[in-house]
Amino acid sequence: MSKQKIVVVGNGMVGHKFIDNLVNHSDAERFDILAFAEEPRLAYDRVGLSKYFSGASADDLMLTSEAYYQEKGVQYLLNEKVIGIDSAKKLLSTAKGREVAYDKLILATGSYPFVPPLLGKDQPHCLVYRTIENLEAITASASVSKVGVVVGGGLLGLEAANALKNLGLQTHVVEFAPRLMAVQLDEAGGGLLRRKIEALDVQVHTEKNTKDIVAGEICRYRMNFADGSHLETDMILFSAGIRPQDELARQFDIQIGERGGIVVDNNCLTSVDNIYAIGECALWDGKIFGLVAPGYQMAKVAVSHIVGGSDQFLGADMSTKLKLLGVDVASIGDAHGRTPGCISYVFQDGVKEIYKRLIVSADGKKLLGAVLVGEVEAYGNLLQICLNNMDLPENPEMLIVPVGDGSAPAGMGVDALPDSAIICTCHEVSKGEICCAVQEGANTIGAIKSCTKAGTGCGGCVALTTQVMNSELTKMGVEVNTDICEHFPHTRQELYHLVRVGNIQSFDALIEQHGTGLGCDICKPTAASILASCWNDFILKAPLAPLQDTNDHFMANLQKNGTYSIVPRIAGGEITPDKLIVLGQVAKKYNLYTKITGGQRIDLFGAQQHELPLIWKELVDAGFETGHAYGKSLRTVKSCVGSTWCRYGVLDSVGMAIRLEERYKGLRSPHKLKFGVSGCTRECAEAQSKDVGVIATENGWSLYVCGNGGMKPRHADLFATGLNDEQLVQLIDRFLMFYVRTGDRLQRTSVWLENLEGGLKYLKSVIFDDKLGLAAQLEAEMQGVVDTYQCEWKSTIEDAEKVKRFRTFVNTEASDNTVVFVQERAQIRPATEEEIVRLMDPAALANA
Amino acid sequence: MTETASTTWQTVCNTDDIGNFLGVRALVENQQIAIFRVNEKFYAIDAIDPFTNAAVLARGIVGDIKGQIVVASPIYKQHFNLVTGQCLEDENVSVATYIARVQDGQVQLAI
Ligand code: SRM
Ligand SMILES: Cc1cc2nc3c(=O)[nH]c(=O)nc-3n(C[C@H](O)[C@H](O)[C@H](O)COP(=O)(O)OP(=O)(O)OC[C@H]3O[C@@H](n4cnc5c(N)ncnc54)[C@H](O)[C@@H]3O)c2cc1C
Ligand code: SF4
Ligand code: FES
Repeated sequence: MSKQKIVVVGNGMVGHKFIDNLVNHSDAERFDILAFAEEPRLAYDRVGLSKYFSGASADDLMLTSEAYYQEKGVQYLLNEKVIGIDSAKKLLSTAKGREVAYDKLILATGSYPFVPPLLGKDQPHCLVYRTIENLEAITASASVSKVGVVVGGGLLGLEAANALKNLGLQTHVVEFAPRLMAVQLDEAGGGLLRRKIEALDVQVHTEKNTKDIVAGEICRYRMNFADGSHLETDMILFSAGIRPQDELARQFDIQIGERGGIVVDNNCLTSVDNIYAIGECALWDGKIFGLVAPGYQMAKVAVSHIVGGSDQFLGADMSTKLKLLGVDVASIGDAHGRTPGCISYVFQDGVKEIYKRLIVSADGKKLLGAVLVGEVEAYGNLLQICLNNMDLPENPEMLIVPVGDGSAPAGMGVDALPDSAIICTCHEVSKGEICCAVQEGANTIGAIKSCTKAGTGCGGCVALTTQVMNSELTKMGVEVNTDICEHFPHTRQELYHLVRVGNIQSFDALIEQHGTGLGCDICKPTAASILASCWNDFILKAPLAPLQDTNDHFMANLQKNGTYSIVPRIAGGEITPDKLIVLGQVAKKYNLYTKITGGQRIDLFGAQQHELPLIWKELVDAGFETGHAYGKSLRTVKSCVGSTWCRYGVLDSVGMAIRLEERYKGLRSPHKLKFGVSGCTRECAEAQSKDVGVIATENGWSLYVCGNGGMKPRHADLFATGLNDEQLVQLIDRFLMFYVRTGDRLQRTSVWLENLEGGLKYLKSVIFDDKLGLAAQLEAEMQGVVDTYQCEWKSTIEDAEKVKRFRTFVNTEASDNTVVFVQERAQIRPATEEEIVRLMDPAALANA
Repeated sequence: MTETASTTWQTVCNTDDIGNFLGVRALVENQQIAIFRVNEKFYAIDAIDPFTNAAVLARGIVGDIKGQIVVASPIYKQHFNLVTGQCLEDENVSVATYIARVQDGQVQLAI
């Protein structure tokens, strides 16, 4: 039997999904597939388009590759627009004059941006936001513009405004309706969103009807509004809605809706035999679905129908959760409360700028919809309740009212969900399927992703998927214990959040509120580190002191014989002759062993506890500061000599190393941190083996992250290039603080990254693209640490009470007789046990 | 060690010389002894870590493990029960313990 010829018009997100589903179907052999793409490349992630502005390349956005299509035997023609359909002969024709026969035709032509028909709209620098080529044009225009206007205050318009803002333009949003995101938000929610966005310096103009675009006086253009006002701008981005791309259907007698869109039935079939329409071009039950998940469902339904299956498209949920310009927004179901008789619960927090509204059925039993602005943690939970038509708890307001102790809002838990609940809307994975996968042995989120695909689309469901997995594991009797120790039923990350959110300042308060018992040598130093990262108090302050490991407590490194080593900071490895002399003199006076460390500084070994303040007094007087060699904190920023001296150097690596070391010294983190800065790509500072590596290039600094020497060396990953000094510091601020927030106890950045969900890509999206809207907060937190820096040793020697703590014995001035040194290569070293026996007891030697 | 009529009490320091959940070292009859404070209670054990022979136990972190009050050696982190001296990780290892009391704001050890 000859194969059926399937032709797909449009290789966007949905067209590709259709192909991918079909080639992976067990009946794939029965079909030959040909795809036409009007764009110059195969399908890419349009949903993630904005990432392009924060460094993602067109390649990063690709959803597939030519190699994949070739491997699967899919034929494709790029840059080739289909312009004709002869449904009687089952023939297609393209703009390049090609004619092709089909057995089944799939229209996946998506939509196009709607540009209102106003005078002057076709001038240069009047652009739209839909394809990679559009983004290239926007970037080019922004580089010669100062002010930018987005026409349209909907979901896409606000995303476009964010892009303009990131491109450095003074940004305005002009909206026809009286509020932002009129489709998804109610009036109060839209109002709050507006205030939040204006606080970010994006000016919002509502109820503005643009009349025409003429030459400007200050800027390139002037937009005149119907109410007589005007606005000057250098560029204009239209984002006033989308229109289904139904041109082909219109011309070739396929039924379309009154306001456009190719009419389809529950099988995604159009009015003409053998022709399907899926994605944003399709009109089902009078509705266009402008989101990707419903499109994916249609792709699945069309495949099913072609292979003889019975899947049906029965509508889709349009709930959304987004971060717009850093503001969290979510809308579920009947967000406007249009259902007759419905009642609302509203929670508003004017200080924290949070607005939440629940729309509940007249009998108070079912959730019909919700609007969340400013805080959307409840989204997953509410969406499940709404979609599964679950009964509401007795006091539905508890679902949106914050609870006092800073823990998560009261939800109904994943256990309350029916097995049929769809957890991942992108891939339509139900709770039951996830549970099945767990029972069959998938016990990590990675395994769940690869066997069910849940969480591999927009990623929005990963948290819920993880909860379902953990709950199932627990039911199977598998212990999912990520507690840091017996005293706290929490991970380090959770403790960090509890401390931050609850403004907890002491271990006592932490264990009283969130733990049990007295604590131990695991949770105490962990808490000390978290408290330091958050509040940066002096580590020997009374309640903090007992939490510290001996190294932190004595601010020196404990050695095998109970003595300590001392490592003063020598930022970037640069030291004056005078300071070198002081180190020599102090070492000589206290009889200390000296060694150059692997971190470009000098270590003085063999000090007894009571000698530490005496030695540090001399060092501090000579201008030295603590080097934190004892802390889980910044150690060294290794540098090469750089452009100042080296004939190959392109930038001042020593200067940058010192700047970085001065900035981050004292930052307490989950584990120690090491940096390197090299002056050119010869990389003499070995920056690519450091947590943070910086390498000078002709175009500026390159930043590498998450390298490691030590036990399991890891080459650092290139994170960003072409940075100036300020950009470099800004990215490092965010990177370090994000690690401090989320790293596990004693987890170096290398291991952290390898365990980070989504890996480098995710890290970039958070740090670089600010996907979580955290950047400003992370930078502010880091600035807080920088501003509160103090040299712990300086503070200690200035305080007689603190110095007392260093006494070797509380009841005598004697020194420790178990500490015994012998001479080797003209310096001291700890005596071996055998040597101690001999030295302490000459008789033993005589008898030997 | 139990308290008998013939017990002599040796004063080592003031109670406020020892911060809560901290330890100090005292030299008593040429013995290095580690004394800890847990709220209003004081505990005393040998200061020398039997695993390394370094006099470091007074510098360990104090806490509880499964209900026993312990100190963790700062060198290799074994735990010692402050009441019995027993090492939690190795049943064959323990350290000597001493009785401590408070008299007129002073910490005294029974020697
Ligand atoms: C002193 C020094 C060795 C030397 O004489 O050169 C040293 C000494 C110690 N290192 Fe190191 N490391 C020293 C440079 C390094 C380097 C080289 C570097 O930084 O460029 C590395 C590999 C680079 C890296 O960390 O990625 C290094 C990788 C380690 C590791 C393994 C870390 C890992 O992630 O695998 C440990 C163990 C740990 O931290 O858990 C460690 C732990 C230690 C400890 C803290 C072990 C201990 O608990 O006693 C040593 C105590 C230091 C002390 O008493 O002062 N040290 N250590 C170096 C101090 C540098 C400084 O100026 O602060
Ligand atoms: C900036 C942006 C952000 C978005 N964010 C989200 C989001 O957060 N969540 C969400 O769910 N959705 C989001 N969307 C919407 C989402 O991208 C669309 O729902 C999805 O891309 C629709 O897929 P599609 O395949 O139907 O259309 P498209 O992806 O537009 O693909 C259609 C393709 O067909 C081609 N084509 C058209 N006509 C022809 C022809 N005659 N011959 C050959 N080829 C043709 C087009 O060039 C195009 O490549 C966003 C969209 C944009 C632009
Ligand atoms: S890395 Fe480059 S600039 Fe630095 S010392 Fe080596 S060769 Fe010179
Ligand atoms: S909902 Fe998008 S990946 Fe699961």
